[in-house]
Amino acid sequence: MKFLRDTWLVYQRQLLLVWRTPARLVIGFVQPIAYLVLFAPLLKTALAPTGAQTYADAYRIYVPGLLVVLVLLSGFFSGFGLLGELRSGVIERSRVTPAHRTALILGRAFSEVTVLMGQAVVITVVALPFGMTVQFGWLLLAYVMLALMALMACALSYAMAMLIPSPAALGPLINSVSQPLSLLSGVLLPLTLAPGWLVTIAEWNPIYWTTNGTRALFTGNPGDSSVWVGMLVVVALAALTVTWATRMFARQVR
Amino acid sequence: MIEVKGLRKSFTLGKRRKTRSVEAVRGVDLSVAEGEIFGFLGPNGAGKTTTARILCTLLEPDDGEAVIAGADLRKDPGAVRTRVGYVPQGGTTTDEITAREELVLQARMYGIGKAEAVERTEKALAAFELTEFADRQCKTYSGGQRRRVDIAMGIIHEPKVLFLDEPTTGLDPQSRAHLWDEVRRLRDQGMTVFLTTHYLEEADALCDRIAIIDHGEIVALGTPSELKHGVAGDVVTVGLNGSGPRAAELFDGRDYVRKLELGDDGLRLYVDDGSTAMPQIMRVLDGGDIHFDTVEVHRPSLDDVFLTKTGRSLRDK
Ligand SMILES: Nc1ncnc2c1ncn2[C@@H]1O[C@H](COP(=O)(O)OP(=O)(O)O)[C@@H](O)[C@H]1O
Ligand SMILES: [Mg+2]
Repeated sequence: MKFLRDTWLVYQRQLLLVWRTPARLVIGFVQPIAYLVLFAPLLKTALAPTGAQTYADAYRIYVPGLLVVLVLLSGFFSGFGLLGELRSGVIERSRVTPAHRTALILGRAFSEVTVLMGQAVVITVVALPFGMTVQFGWLLLAYVMLALMALMACALSYAMAMLIPSPAALGPLINSVSQPLSLLSGVLLPLTLAPGWLVTIAEWNPIYWTTNGTRALFTGNPGDSSVWVGMLVVVALAALTVTWATRMFARQVR
Repeated sequence: MIEVKGLRKSFTLGKRRKTRSVEAVRGVDLSVAEGEIFGFLGPNGAGKTTTARILCTLLEPDDGEAVIAGADLRKDPGAVRTRVGYVPQGGTTTDEITAREELVLQARMYGIGKAEAVERTEKALAAFELTEFADRQCKTYSGGQRRRVDIAMGIIHEPKVLFLDEPTTGLDPQSRAHLWDEVRRLRDQGMTVFLTTHYLEEADALCDRIAIIDHGEIVALGTPSELKHGVAGDVVTVGLNGSGPRAAELFDGRDYVRKLELGDDGLRLYVDDGSTAMPQIMRVLDGGDIHFDTVEVHRPSLDDVFLTKTGRSLRDK
């Protein structure tokens, strides 16, 4: 009860902060929309070998990938925000209160996830006029998967930020984790286009499964094995990274 | 109100093979009475922040005991948290949030209900003269106003003890004086204040009692006037050009000189009474044919205390 209340307090404050810094918000929304619109002409031809006949088909493959990239990369970079707050004393100030330790970090992570999901909804809506169709129920399930991915990326980034509390060193570390993860997951183009050996490697990448799962939901194949495998994987990863980040935070001595 | 015994904390720096340990706090003992302003005076890196953070439950000590407002730091950190307020060095306000929002949130983080939090915020805003701009974002505030918001946040849950880490660093003299008044007002309402500073004037003018800390150890403890009297009655500084060591030799062993020191500013003689020592000192200087530019008598300052305890000056560093 106290835990939920404290989480809610932190969550509200962080969202308020996002609302008060509209520049960040605008960039966050405009950027993916630009990707969506500018990349569209390339899409249909590029995706033709996978069986995409129309723009609608192409978008059903491309949009979920774009959403995965969005939540992963933005999530991975949320550690910088935490570093800033650790330095400014804002977190110090809440750590001397009896507020629940986990709430202090989860409230922050949830606010990041909320903003990212807001962006995801906007992108989906913008893609609709291009003829993309997706069934509502499966879309909701895809959003759940995306939210869990965002939470995982955010928690991992928080943990890394606490491990290496220097912005200069954190950037390269985050890149070296996020790049192979996203490259080897077929986020932008499905790996069905890739040679067999690459797919074999990619199958070891959890993001490969969640990406495929999201895409299967968008393309209306909820029975695809990648959906439940992806869901299991992302639930496990989110639980793991959140536990790690909260442990680090509780022990954190700076 | 605060009882500390044998507090120790060291940090390990560096990675793997090149690790190096910094002993930030090395066996601090102190005791702070209820309703006093206790000053923790020391240069940068002395261990002031580390001590304050340990006492506020933000850092776990390596060794030592502390009881704060009746709660044991190790056994019951939760109780300590509800009874102390902490204002970190450098402030904690966020640019885009208003003073009112910050205060309400901070109160609610202490488990205070919404209506009560709003009410307390109103009172705190009035007490710290913040009401006028309480609904403006903090980025529009002056340094002094921001610091007042910080302190208001530190006391919103009505703690018994308030820890202020370098509360006036970076403030202009006027804001500093204003803040001192606020701190005195809190003391007069019965709050115990533990304040760290590296400003001699602040320790002298504001604090009821002082501990001087250097390299993680307390080197002196007492009221400002006790500390100053402990050094010597008066300090006579003779401004010399060049003949310092020879002059020092002349005064060595004289019974009215308690202690002497050769510094950049000349020869400092610690004597019981400046007015009677002065003529004797002049005679010795004349007799020894020592050229001097100036002779000054002054009551010892806290800097003299620091100087005699550590051999260094705290001023202008
Ligand atoms: N988190 C930390 N990690 C490593 N060293 C630290 C940490 N915090 C403080 N120190 C070191 O401990 C010593 C005391 O620091 P501090 O308590 O901040 O001093 P002060 O507040 O008196 O300036 C310094 O040498 C500082 O570098
Ligand atoms: Mg400090």
